[in-house]
Amino acid sequence: MTRSVPLLETVSLMKRFGGLTATDHLSLTVMENEVHAIIGPNGAGKTTLIGQLTGEIRPDDGRVLFAGRDVTGLPVHRRSHLGLARSFQITNIFLDFTVLENVSLAVQAHAGHSFRFFADARKERRLIAPAEAVIERVGLGRRRDDVAHSLSHGEQRQLEIAMALATDPVLLLLDEPMAGMGPDESARMVEILSGLKDELSILLVEHDMDAVFALADRITVLVYGAAIASGTPDEIRSNDAVLDAYLGDERP
Amino acid sequence: MTLSVRSVTVILVLLGLALVPPIASWVDQGYYTVLFARMLIMSIAAIALNLILGFGGMVSFGHAAFLGVGGYVAGIFIFHYFEDGAEWMGNGYVQLAATIVASALVALFIGAICLRTRGVYFIMITLAFGQMLFFVAVGLEIYGGDDGLSLYTRSEFPGLFDLNDRTTLYYVSYGTMLACLLVSWRLINSRFGMVLRGARLNDRRMKAIGFPTYPYRLVAFVISGVMTGIAGFLLANQTDFVSPSMMHWTKSGDLIIIVVLGGMGTLFGPLFGTIAYLLLEDILPSITESWQLFFGPMLILVVLFARGGIDSLLGPRSRPDD
Repeated sequence: MTRSVPLLETVSLMKRFGGLTATDHLSLTVMENEVHAIIGPNGAGKTTLIGQLTGEIRPDDGRVLFAGRDVTGLPVHRRSHLGLARSFQITNIFLDFTVLENVSLAVQAHAGHSFRFFADARKERRLIAPAEAVIERVGLGRRRDDVAHSLSHGEQRQLEIAMALATDPVLLLLDEPMAGMGPDESARMVEILSGLKDELSILLVEHDMDAVFALADRITVLVYGAAIASGTPDEIRSNDAVLDAYLGDERP
Repeated sequence: MTLSVRSVTVILVLLGLALVPPIASWVDQGYYTVLFARMLIMSIAAIALNLILGFGGMVSFGHAAFLGVGGYVAGIFIFHYFEDGAEWMGNGYVQLAATIVASALVALFIGAICLRTRGVYFIMITLAFGQMLFFVAVGLEIYGGDDGLSLYTRSEFPGLFDLNDRTTLYYVSYGTMLACLLVSWRLINSRFGMVLRGARLNDRRMKAIGFPTYPYRLVAFVISGVMTGIAGFLLANQTDFVSPSMMHWTKSGDLIIIVVLGGMGTLFGPLFGTIAYLLLEDILPSITESWQLFFGPMLILVVLFARGGIDSLLGPRSRPDD
């Protein structure tokens, strides 16, 4: 595993909402082929951070660098084309579309322009074949032609991941992929995500500590928008500040 | 291919519409050709509105403005052809080309501004633009201002057809309506259509997977504006008259009601909606003077109990173009 090249870097990122500091001079890096987990109590500013990385939220100060390029002012769709993909904390899919249509649409976004008015997009092999591969990969093969709103919660979460993967990303930003999942579904998701570790980098925001410690190469602990600790899972496990601030009630 | 209730209905409706002129002349009721021609023309506008409202989620409350643009292009060209003897302005091809260019430019301008807003704001700003164009028409003194403008003759397409003939106008409207259905059908299933529908369902996700949705929505708005402009062009020819009232906001409201009544985001809904709406509007007043007292509640019932409009009464759909 190479740990030399930073893929994503935030430089002293700042975001305030009124009197609340959601991101407080945050500088962190995600290396190539690294799974970097962000943990922290509710309200620590994790989702706000993801928003600033994807471009939905504009930081008040600081910079976001991706693949050696300053992307701070770049709109969401342009960042997607640089290889930045995200999944949403609250499932955010096209509920009226089938699984295949959902994923094909994500493929389509990266397969040339869409000012094509005549040919049936659902018959384009160029869109369907890669979509099918991703659907198989996240284990939704049997649900291919079902409408997304008929999927179970866990399956919808898998579809979230599939749509992000279909954009062929180099960095995946996962906002609580296990949210609302039962133990079986979580285990399945961990399995899917570990299968991705070799091909891309992942920034993982997650409350499920078993999943975090199973997947992460590095963990950063966020409290009130600031990083209070960063290190390997073992270092974090034994870090006193972390234990006090966050893991306190889970201390063995 | 198995024939569903929906496809049988569609085939019967299209066949029925094709047979209106011969039947009308057989029973010696030319009025029906006029009524159904108007129906076909309004259905073109409804199909156009449905493209952005039903599939794109853009509730344009000023779409009658495009009826006006098309109508006034026809009216003004024919006016100058007659008053000033400008031969070229009497040419139907020139008139139609001018209609397309004018409505495309107006749609591009209005859309470019309105599509920066969402939801209620979009509704209000399209309404505002619609009213602006309405008052522009009122202010066109040389073209009759408030009173409108009579067309001394209709558009002629040398070598092809002459809209002065009632039956010809009917079948031209019929063909145009079919063409618009065909365009809609291809469009909604194309890559472009998937982007348009995706942006209606979940614009945030569209951006996250890498689509800049604005240019696609804008192009859809322009396509819809041009289609409605062509409907306006035909409407002016059909009524031999243009006036600001054809772009009044209540006309935009009628179009929205027609689309909702027929079934938003369905291929044939706008056609069903127009037929039902105009038939009721025609029949109810002959039954009772206070027909609107019954018409209103009927619309409310459809919206409440037939969510997908008339189209949903024809059975479930797996895809919008079924």
